[in-house]
Amino acid sequence: MTDEVILQVRDLKTYFTVDEGVVKAVDGVSFDLHKGETLGIVGESGSGKSVTNLSIINMIPNPPGKIVGGQVLFSGKDLLKISASELRQIRGNKISMIFQDPMTSLNPFLKISTQMIETIVLHQGLDKQAAKEKAIDMLKLAGIPAPEKRIDQYPHQFSGGMRQRVMIAMGLSCNPEILIADEPTSALDVTIQAQILELMQELTKRLGTAVILITHSLGVVAGMCDTLCVMYAGRIVERGKTDDIFEDPKHPYTQGLIRSVPRLDKENADRLYSIPGQPPNVIDLPDCCPFYPRCEKAKDICRKKYPPVTGFENGRAVSCWLYAEETK
Amino acid sequence: MSEHDTLLEVRGLKMHFPIGKSLLAKNRGFIYAVDGVDFSIKRGETLGLVGESGCGKSTTVRAVAQLYKPTAGEVILKGKDLTKMAPHDLLAARKNMQMVFQDPYASLNPRMTAGDIIAEPMRIFQKRGLLDISNDERNDRVEHLMEKVGLSRFFKNRYPHEFSGGQRQRIGIARALALNPELMLCDEPVSALDVSIQSQILNLFKDLQQEFGLTYLFIAHDLAVIQYISDRVAVMYLGVIVEISGSKDLYKNPLHPYTQALLSAAPIPDPKIEARRQRIILTGDVPSPDKQRPGCYFYDRCQKRMDVCKTCRPQLKTTEEGHQVACFLYHKPE
Repeated sequence: MTDEVILQVRDLKTYFTVDEGVVKAVDGVSFDLHKGETLGIVGESGSGKSVTNLSIINMIPNPPGKIVGGQVLFSGKDLLKISASELRQIRGNKISMIFQDPMTSLNPFLKISTQMIETIVLHQGLDKQAAKEKAIDMLKLAGIPAPEKRIDQYPHQFSGGMRQRVMIAMGLSCNPEILIADEPTSALDVTIQAQILELMQELTKRLGTAVILITHSLGVVAGMCDTLCVMYAGRIVERGKTDDIFEDPKHPYTQGLIRSVPRLDKENADRLYSIPGQPPNVIDLPDCCPFYPRCEKAKDICRKKYPPVTGFENGRAVSCWLYAEETK
Repeated sequence: MSEHDTLLEVRGLKMHFPIGKSLLAKNRGFIYAVDGVDFSIKRGETLGLVGESGCGKSTTVRAVAQLYKPTAGEVILKGKDLTKMAPHDLLAARKNMQMVFQDPYASLNPRMTAGDIIAEPMRIFQKRGLLDISNDERNDRVEHLMEKVGLSRFFKNRYPHEFSGGQRQRIGIARALALNPELMLCDEPVSALDVSIQSQILNLFKDLQQEFGLTYLFIAHDLAVIQYISDRVAVMYLGVIVEISGSKDLYKNPLHPYTQALLSAAPIPDPKIEARRQRIILTGDVPSPDKQRPGCYFYDRCQKRMDVCKTCRPQLKTTEEGHQVACFLYHKPE
């Protein structure tokens, strides 16, 4: 990880219009991604993790969704403003994605070779034969045995873990600068998850790729990520180095999240800590702290205004009235 | 442990599913989903069942509930073998054994209100003359149950889509409690829930156990969840149990190589520990359970395999008090 920033997300807002009102799925998200960094985004379902990342590569289905504001700066360009053909040059090439379910993200009718060669020919300008060789190399790198034979098979002939390896090979085949992995191991068993995470870590380190890892599992984040963004109801509530956040979580939501996970390595108390209440309905959310109904430390101001971002040492930033001064 | 304490005993349970059976085509073989499982649960105890997908956890639970007719074996609930019962007796026996399912979206009928869903088991048993309860009493009981599981009684007339995932799971739990069962079969009841809701539901399970003296057979694939909820844990691999032990003991002292690998693969939410951890990374995938093997089922992926493991299948044997393991590292083949 270096200090060179390769992706800047500034005040990103993505809203969905539904019958009941406006869903502010992402409502003012900002972060920086450095070269070679692994950034984790954690949060519960509906907190806006996936929408944030779909917005970065401008893949929000419109309608019902719309990116209503913000900037995504990548090598000097705002990805939200450039033309569709320019964007195609970047998607799958400089920025590539891995999705949760490897069965639905591979085309079941096409051989692995067809799907991999397509990307490589398009972005790297190689001829078909050279592209196939490159694809075989990538599969070998991803730990698929006998890649020369396997490349001519169809997705259904691969197991879940193997398919995810294919996706990783495909995602990294154009030497992207950024790899966005959306819950890459959530559909996999623990032993397979460990294999895939180790593979991702090793390959991205070797190729110097920056990773945005979206997950709901704090365990995965702890082992993989340099930095961490915790999302709640469409906003980042806490951001910082992974070690710092686990050592001393500042936002009450982060604190509750870390305390409510049962631990394998420690004696658990007789009762688990649990955050009371339900995650908020994000339709027509009022402009207050969305966590206040579940927060033990809620104050008066929390139900009136959204807390500003308070900065701490080491790049730490927290959105909570506990740390912010109320300005009249 | 005396006979009196045992609520459920499962002996030699096998569940084989035929592949592609039809009128004309010949049977092409079997999926050996559960292939000889023995365990027992004491009254008031929680037995956790853990393993990867396809290892036969859910099939075991469904075969225990007699939702599948087991291929072989005995399921003895309160001294009676469920596999040999007449349908009417089985229904009466099921009153003592209720299920909670994984997916709170699929397991509730979207056209029924929460109150009707919770009342349905009572209504069915009323109709068959197995439950003596008036309609008013039934309504009171529905409201009582809703409050027990942490739902307001005013939600009685709402439909499932008006509830969140965690609340739906509470409805499913209230439904399972409706007949006052002694044994609850919980098939991954918290896997589909978010972290903050998961801990609420786990606490609810513990509270209900204390209050009603419930016995749980609890499935989860998350090892930390299993350790938290269970008194004893059974680890399954490819349709057999490879290790059973007290939950604390299992985590401190796992014996079977598969259990060791499973524990080391589970991520721990602490970056300092994660950075220092040495993982046992298993190679390959879980093989398909479509053939019976002469040797140990874990042979292909085991890092400590020996020659004998290929030809001889280890049986579950007690190594120390309350700890059983099926591995030749700990006992000699006969």
